Amino acid sequence: MANANPTDGSAPAALDAKRLAWMYTQMYRIREFEERVKSTFTEHPGILRGHTHLADGAEASIVGSIAALAPDDQIVTTYRCHGYPIALGTDMKLMMAEIYGKATGLCGGLGGSMHLYDVARGFLGGSGIVAQAIPHATGAAWAAQIRRQGQAIVCFFGDGASKQGAFHESLNVASVWKLPIVYVMENNHYQASTRTDQEDANAAHGEPLSTKAKAYSMEGVTVDGADPVAVHATLADALARARSGTGPTLVESLVYRLSAHGNLIAPPGVPLNYPEHEAIAIFGNREEYEAALRGDPVPRFRHRLVTEGALSAEDADAIEQAAREEVDEAQRFALDSPWPAPDSGLDYVYA
Amino acid sequence: MSHVIPYIAAIQEAIREEMERDERVLYFGQNMATSPEDPFLKQFGPDRVRVTPISETAEIGMATGAAVAGYRPVVELYMAEFLLVATDQVVNEGTRFHFMSKGQVSVPMVMVAGYGFTAGWAGQHTGSIYGMFMGVPGLKVALPSTPADAKGLMTTAIRDDNPVLFFQNYLLLLDEGEVPDGEHSVPFGVADVKRAGSDLTLVGTGYAVRTALKAAETLARRGVSVEVIDPRTIAPLDVDTILSSVARTRHLVLVDQATRHSSVAAVIAAEVAELGFSSLEAPISMVTALDSSIAYSKPVEEFVLPDEHKVIRAVEASLGLAPAST
Repeated sequence: MANANPTDGSAPAALDAKRLAWMYTQMYRIREFEERVKSTFTEHPGILRGHTHLADGAEASIVGSIAALAPDDQIVTTYRCHGYPIALGTDMKLMMAEIYGKATGLCGGLGGSMHLYDVARGFLGGSGIVAQAIPHATGAAWAAQIRRQGQAIVCFFGDGASKQGAFHESLNVASVWKLPIVYVMENNHYQASTRTDQEDANAAHGEPLSTKAKAYSMEGVTVDGADPVAVHATLADALARARSGTGPTLVESLVYRLSAHGNLIAPPGVPLNYPEHEAIAIFGNREEYEAALRGDPVPRFRHRLVTEGALSAEDADAIEQAAREEVDEAQRFALDSPWPAPDSGLDYVYA
Repeated sequence: MSHVIPYIAAIQEAIREEMERDERVLYFGQNMATSPEDPFLKQFGPDRVRVTPISETAEIGMATGAAVAGYRPVVELYMAEFLLVATDQVVNEGTRFHFMSKGQVSVPMVMVAGYGFTAGWAGQHTGSIYGMFMGVPGLKVALPSTPADAKGLMTTAIRDDNPVLFFQNYLLLLDEGEVPDGEHSVPFGVADVKRAGSDLTLVGTGYAVRTALKAAETLARRGVSVEVIDPRTIAPLDVDTILSSVARTRHLVLVDQATRHSSVAAVIAAEVAELGFSSLEAPISMVTALDSSIAYSKPVEEFVLPDEHKVIRAVEASLGLAPAST
């Protein structure tokens, strides 16, 4: 499985056929992984606890962004964090084991679905609290600015986060200090179960959410987050600005979350599952959801690559088969792994 | 050898020396380093010393991110109440990261905040709110009462690999005291016996150490020997030193400027009640602020705060002494 991100970081990598195939591979791996997490609720009830948030629908945005990174760049994310480390090359076995709460997980089962880290690959973590990792990313960008090694930070968050003070305070400082950071807002049009036009001033006035960048005198761009090539180009530009000392960029990446915000929130004893997407469950808008399914970025990208001749149908099938086998193996590993020792809960309170 | 400097200068001395020793130490906050003549800015430059907007969530969050990315930031927050604007960042972000990542990241940062400005600053700038933060796993809380401890605890705070909340007291800022020359650090979780005594153990926290020492001095003139203990850090809290003192004196009075139910005194009382009950010959007594906001007007402000006389009354009651006329 081609996990390694083959950019050398010297310039935005040209998206040759090999690179495009790599991007499709990562998108498919993320989708397969998330679907397996989701099916765990019914196939292995009781394994998944708490709250799990899936990235299905955002694969093109995630992979297009990660594909633009240089090797020393770093990312900070939200609790919807499974997709990024997959694209960065984190071992899926360790991720699934973490999400299953096992001793062999990335964080020994201490973090779970919302708290993944892979510092060695540049994934500094995130926060389970909406928007609160945005200042962390901004602080990491200050560190990068001091180091002067051309490093940049990409900070991922959702549209809902842009109503938090942490977002506004961070963008203001980043612009004043000209920090090497790109803020990627994945606008999936729902803040949990509230439609964006019900809670966002720009959306309510029919304007893009990237309008917020104007308040902080920084570049604001809106991009089709279902198109990984467009996202890659946008991030490459923004990262070049970041590295040149010109300052930060706010990228609004338009995506559609294909699962509900998260699994059912219920006390123990109630079987957990994934409810229907809010468009249907709350707003009764089945047509909106079905239109989103028709525009699903994963099959859409496959179709484009095969049509344009960048990828053969056979190679695409092979990529998909390999991803399924990889996820099978990850799930077997996670299921077969032991639970952590109960007293491991005291091992990492203090450094 | 030592030198005599004010409490605030001792803190600044520790920050400066640690910045000289370790170039990863950063120092930033509001309304600082705005002039090119600022001594920290002149010595360490604008990469490491910066003014921020009035954005506590961003300031503390950026300290967290810079720490995760390998630096050791000290963020100057001025008043303890400003922490409340950014409570999530203080208690529920960097404090969790070492744990949740199973040690993949650590967050060496210091948040500096002043408390207890009971000099007419009224309801929103005078609280002794340190107790709110002492039960947060992953967070350490320092509460110095002397210039020497202020310097030593700040040195330790900057060198610690965890988030540290460093509370400085506004009324003590200009108090002068001897500070050891050269490198000086005070370990966390080690209480200091500020005055030895045999009849009763008096534990003060932060500013209340001064109140306790004044009371002990007055009581000594009446032949009452009071031991005054200063925990110096309240997370970790050195319960053992208090227990061993109580095992000798058999009497315990606690002095704390916080309101009773959010005081460090309440926590110490619970620990001694559980672990040292058989030592006690009298009930534990807590002398804390009364359950009210602090008033602007001086007589009302004084009424709700612990003072020397309230401490003496509590000591007399514990030891069964007749109240002295004052």
